[in-house]
Amino acid sequence: MNTLRTTATALKALRRNPMRALLTTLGIVIGVGAVIAMMEIGSGSSAALQDAISSMGANVLMIQPGTASSGGISFGAGSVTTLTPGDAEALAKQCPALRGVAPEVRARTQVVYGNRNWVPSWMTGTTPVYLEVANWSMAEGDFFTERDVLAANKVCVLGQTVVRELFQGESPIGKEIRVKNVSFRVVGMLASKGANMMGMDQDDILLAPWTTLKYRVTGSTLTTANQSAAASTASGADTSGAINTLSKIYPGQASLYPERSAAQLANNPMPVRFENIDRMMAAAKDAASVPAAIDQITSVLRERHRIRPGDPADFNIRDMTEMTKTLASTSNLMTNLLLSVAMISLLVGGVGIMNIMLVSVTERTREIGLRMAVGARGRDILRQFLVEAVLLCLLGGAMGIIFGHGGSKLVQAVLGWPVATSPGAIAASVLVAASVGIVFGFYPAWRASRLDPIDALRYE
Amino acid sequence: MALIELIEVRKSYRLGELVVPVLKGVSLQVEQGELVSLMGASGSGKSTLMNILGCLDRPTSGQYWLDGREISQLSADQRAMLRNSKLGFVFQNFNLLPRTSALDNVAMPLSYGEANLSESEARQRAQEMLALVGLQDRVHHEPNQLSGGQQQRVAIARSLVNRPQVLLADEPTGNLDSKTSEDILSLFQKLNQEGGITIILVTHDPMVARHGRRTIHIHDGLVVEGAYAAEGDAARREPSPEATL
Ligand SMILES: Nc1ncnc2c1ncn2[C@@H]1O[C@H](COP(=O)(O)OP(=O)(O)OP(=O)(O)O)[C@@H](O)[C@H]1O
Ligand SMILES: [Mg+2]
Repeated sequence: MNTLRTTATALKALRRNPMRALLTTLGIVIGVGAVIAMMEIGSGSSAALQDAISSMGANVLMIQPGTASSGGISFGAGSVTTLTPGDAEALAKQCPALRGVAPEVRARTQVVYGNRNWVPSWMTGTTPVYLEVANWSMAEGDFFTERDVLAANKVCVLGQTVVRELFQGESPIGKEIRVKNVSFRVVGMLASKGANMMGMDQDDILLAPWTTLKYRVTGSTLTTANQSAAASTASGADTSGAINTLSKIYPGQASLYPERSAAQLANNPMPVRFENIDRMMAAAKDAASVPAAIDQITSVLRERHRIRPGDPADFNIRDMTEMTKTLASTSNLMTNLLLSVAMISLLVGGVGIMNIMLVSVTERTREIGLRMAVGARGRDILRQFLVEAVLLCLLGGAMGIIFGHGGSKLVQAVLGWPVATSPGAIAASVLVAASVGIVFGFYPAWRASRLDPIDALRYE
Repeated sequence: MALIELIEVRKSYRLGELVVPVLKGVSLQVEQGELVSLMGASGSGKSTLMNILGCLDRPTSGQYWLDGREISQLSADQRAMLRNSKLGFVFQNFNLLPRTSALDNVAMPLSYGEANLSESEARQRAQEMLALVGLQDRVHHEPNQLSGGQQQRVAIARSLVNRPQVLLADEPTGNLDSKTSEDILSLFQKLNQEGGITIILVTHDPMVARHGRRTIHIHDGLVVEGAYAAEGDAARREPSPEATL
């Protein structure tokens, strides 16, 4: 008996009781529907989570200068200044796993506009690539340009909190603000980003070209500014010393340059520019390429800094892998949990199929006897009932796919949850439905095939 | 050699501890092309014998030769093939598939055969068979839309669809009125005479038995054949219908 005719016979048998067939498959419909909906909503939300993680900076790497230590006393991370903007450019060029590298020069000081003042949590000097690396966007105006960086132009971009504190609803674009007596033109306002993973307000920020911040505002690194804040503001001599190469190498020596007044310093920044930056922020292509990015950065920087193999590096790299892992595993856990619930409902659906198929075999004992009396062999009967069960499951599976897909689309439309159609889930649930049919249909079909024709015909 | 030959066939049923002998050594022969009526009192073992003849059941002991093959040793699958290709069975209670058209009912045995007809050939063959029993205009009716006689004719068409050598009918007219019975019986006669099909027919009715050329009487699990034989009660002896002809 060929498969086509068996299928036709099975379809006819199912059509004799369409209502029952429908109710029988209900378990499978619900099970498959739940699996499809779970998979679609789950993969949608994990994609959204990935987005959220990368916007929170999970693929961001912080490269900081190493630790200085003298006589066994460590001065903490960033206490030596070994990173240069050249490093940043080299990394951007030589590391394929990176999307971009932004140098950072940090300062912390007062910002004044009109009669209002504010001290932003972050005052960062950087390059235009910062926007992309930090995965940020502009709300208004433009970011400063590469030209501004080269010319150390006095322009800046403000975060929303700073704008709120200083401008109180006014548009900040084109306004002049004063940072430590240097006038900056505001060229843009960043989009709101909210708190970071530590709960700090990321919008409380001022961004300017690193050259401007370094040479026109602080005239020193963050480290020296912090360590000798009082001294550097008190005397111009110290300021010049801070940017003097030799004073770094031989601290405590007398100044090699003639002393200059504060006004002179402000008007003519020192021609000798000691190029070092506080840290670099690098963005890996995605969260998955973070480890590769770390390797590439390490090898490039070790080479540039001429560090022999085995010697400790003069920089360190921080990433958020742990955070990412935790978040991703939480979302996977949720998806798997829901999926296993859906699988259980499939199992229950399978038991329902088995139950009804057993009833059906009992009910159709005479039919089985008759079919055997006209020449059906045990295996013909087995095949017929198996095909019926599989057909029921596939029908249920098809309906489940439609309902599950429709359901997830509904969730997307009504609740606005992210949803991703997954062809893999559809293929898998068709397979699962068919196997449920075979597994749970087998026992009833086997029972039917084992009937004795004469007993089956006599069955009341 | 006869088409059908039973040698000392015994059949007993087991009811718990109790062994109930039903056939107690039946021997008989049926030649190709015969129309035989089987008569006997209720409970004498006619249906049991028919089931054995129809390869639905196996004898407890004894031999059953059908067309030169010993049947009682065959496997279940082999017997199924035999039922499909050589034997046609008509049941007293029609045994049609409910909610299935006459055509599909008649075509049903074709799906288990070795012939492996195509769908359209199968429908064609089923239609021919329905025409043979005079139901060409009831092809798409379902059993509950047919009269008892029509249902029995569908069942006969079904039993003929694989062109069997032997047609076995266990009280085919038991549930029908005399007029309809007459129609069915003349159909059997026609099939026997024109189609050369060997027919064995179980009946209680001597009038029905008269349609047969030969009558085999069963009494209490044994064959009583001859010019006169017991029909049920041994006390009520009378000449066999054959003898009165
Ligand atoms: N499955 C069975 N188990 C036990 N005993 C059985 C079984 N089938 C039939 N019998 C017994 O075998 C005997 C013969 O039954 P059978 O059906 O052959 O009678 P019959 O001649 O066809 O009677 P009727 O004319 O009423 O149809 C009966 O006494 C019956 O009780
Ligand atoms: Mg009987």
